[in-house]
Amino acid sequence: MNKELKIFGVVAFFTLLLYWGVEPFAHSQMHKHVEGHGFTYDGTADIAEASAEKKEAKTAFWADVKKIAALEGDAVAGEATFGMCMGCHMDGAGNMGGVIPPSLDHAGAIYDKNYLIALIKDPAMASNVDHKYADTMMHPMGSIKTMVTEPQDIANVVAYLKANKSAEPTAKEAFSEACARCHAMRYDKATQLGDTPTFKYKKDELAHEIKVIEEQDAVKAYMGKLPPDLSMIIRARSHHFMETFVENPQSQLAGTSMPRVGLNEAGYEKVEEYLSDIGDPSKPAREIAGPWVIGFMILFTILAYLWKSSLWRDLH
Amino acid sequence: MAHFDENAKPFSAQWLDERLAISTVRKVLAFEYWIPKNINFLWAMGMVLAATFGILVVSGIFLLMYYQPGVDTAFDSVNYLIMTEVGYGWLWRHVHGVGASLVFLIIYIHMFTGIYYGSYKRGREMIWLSGMLLFVLFSAEAFSGYMLPWGQMSYWAGMVITNLFSGGSLEAYGLVEWIRGDYVPGQAFLTRFFMLHVFLLPLVIIGGIVFHFATLRLPHVNNQDGEDFDFEEAAELYKAGKVKESKVIPFQPVFLSKDVFVMGIYFILFFYLVFYNFDFAMDPVNFDPADGLKTPAHIYPEWYFLWSYEILRPFSKDLGLIAFGIAQVIFLALPFLDRSPNVAPASKRGLFHIWFWLMLIDVLVLTFMGKLPPTDATFAFIGLVSAVLFFVLWIALPFITKIEKKL
Repeated sequence: MNKELKIFGVVAFFTLLLYWGVEPFAHSQMHKHVEGHGFTYDGTADIAEASAEKKEAKTAFWADVKKIAALEGDAVAGEATFGMCMGCHMDGAGNMGGVIPPSLDHAGAIYDKNYLIALIKDPAMASNVDHKYADTMMHPMGSIKTMVTEPQDIANVVAYLKANKSAEPTAKEAFSEACARCHAMRYDKATQLGDTPTFKYKKDELAHEIKVIEEQDAVKAYMGKLPPDLSMIIRARSHHFMETFVENPQSQLAGTSMPRVGLNEAGYEKVEEYLSDIGDPSKPAREIAGPWVIGFMILFTILAYLWKSSLWRDLH
Repeated sequence: MAHFDENAKPFSAQWLDERLAISTVRKVLAFEYWIPKNINFLWAMGMVLAATFGILVVSGIFLLMYYQPGVDTAFDSVNYLIMTEVGYGWLWRHVHGVGASLVFLIIYIHMFTGIYYGSYKRGREMIWLSGMLLFVLFSAEAFSGYMLPWGQMSYWAGMVITNLFSGGSLEAYGLVEWIRGDYVPGQAFLTRFFMLHVFLLPLVIIGGIVFHFATLRLPHVNNQDGEDFDFEEAAELYKAGKVKESKVIPFQPVFLSKDVFVMGIYFILFFYLVFYNFDFAMDPVNFDPADGLKTPAHIYPEWYFLWSYEILRPFSKDLGLIAFGIAQVIFLALPFLDRSPNVAPASKRGLFHIWFWLMLIDVLVLTFMGKLPPTDATFAFIGLVSAVLFFVLWIALPFITKIEKKL
């Protein structure tokens, strides 16, 4: 018996060593380590990774953002300014300069305050994709820079969003507003145009398909390639990768055309919940069945041990 | 003409016995199939393997009912249809994935047990050879199965492994195309590996398992001390009721009861992994759909092929391929390279004892290095040293066993 336990110890040791080597250790070596920053946005990472000639501009930009964030915003005054935003951010908006302007219905709840300020001040800088607009191309939301210029106006609009657009979204709403204009979700029958309706006639279905292709072509022209469908992304990337990537896509994929969307922690959790619902739908069932199956095996093992003992008792 | 009792009830024991000799069969295969008493739980690995294979077959049958082997449908049939729409499809898939990984863990434990106790010599050569044949078959089965979800790792592993058949400087690309049925992995490739995985290879494996069992029957199972004793005599003692004095036990029910207990412990681990820790067996990269225009940053095989992959990597193209080829078959030669007459645990065999642990650790180190990016100079160097050591050990084996003292 003691000898068996000793042998078991040796086998268990080498098995665990093997597991450690091919899983935790290998993964720690394979991926570069990126530090998360808790879904707050103050430009530290942007400045650190910026090229020499951009460092100064970025430092100044984020210093300005900090100043505006310190201002007292007036939500009532902000509503008037928000009227301008509604010109594009409205229901049924079409593609503008590459993407469909997102709904802002829950913007106050899912996006970080500093990020919203930065975005209104300079969308390309805020989303950390200014490298894409070095030449003549303009950010689709670039015109905001001439529309809302006063720091107080920016503070007011953000105060308005935080006060009036801050109802808690469903997981799907959070994803739709933050991600779904570029990323399809085919396992939820959603495209860049939103949920795919059911059609009575093939002709209508094909017509819709053409609209989707046209929208995807526009996104592709803007982004350089069609952003991936995210149906299985929750299992294709680690939890840590997803968090740090959403916080700052450049940190994990330098030079990517994906903009930072500025989700706060609550907003990201909602998005992750949706990705998990679609990409790993068996999770609740797994958690229910797991203890029963393992409990059964433990009972099985105890009975097997008793059977074995009764047969082996007289052998030695 | 045998005697048939006309009054025997159909399907009664007597009736069956007259037609199928079932009592003789049961004797030969179970109740009077003698196993040494002096064994430990490692002797149960064979039955653990058989059970795991059974679970792979059953879960595979359920998956096969919904899997669609098309380049446009395979990924979604696995990740959406089976995982979302099929009742308990996720369970069958995770059981199949974890089972495929664990079957190799147990194969390796089974193999190194055999090496440690010298269970490949003196009449047991065919056991070893048929077992290694099963290892090769399981490897082919694992590789072909890995193609089926048609994710990024399926596609690129398929690309890399089939490319090996170009033979380095031989540049036999015609052979590679013949294997793939296309210039790159595509529909023809997927369908033929599907056929191999669900039909031809399982069929051959079942034959292999039967053969492996058959090779055991005459030389009998080895024991913890490699002791050579008269099984007939020991069996007579047991049958006479002197079970304490006898060195053997019958397969059924005595040996089996221990097997079942060990299986119980194994299945606790198995289902823990199925429910709570399955990522190790289902690589995240393979949850990205296959894309021939996007090579993953690191392409690596599943953990059980890493050691031989690392033997391929550190050398130049042709040398690496030759080394890889030799590594695949060298274990088959073990009974002939071990020149010592001793059948004993490695701990009693002097230099061979050191050889055993060096080999085990070397294979582990090769496995670790096989998954790491080859761009790191330190890891590449460790990989090279371990690969060279692997061959040094095999070359040294006949010499150190030749000078081994007879016990």
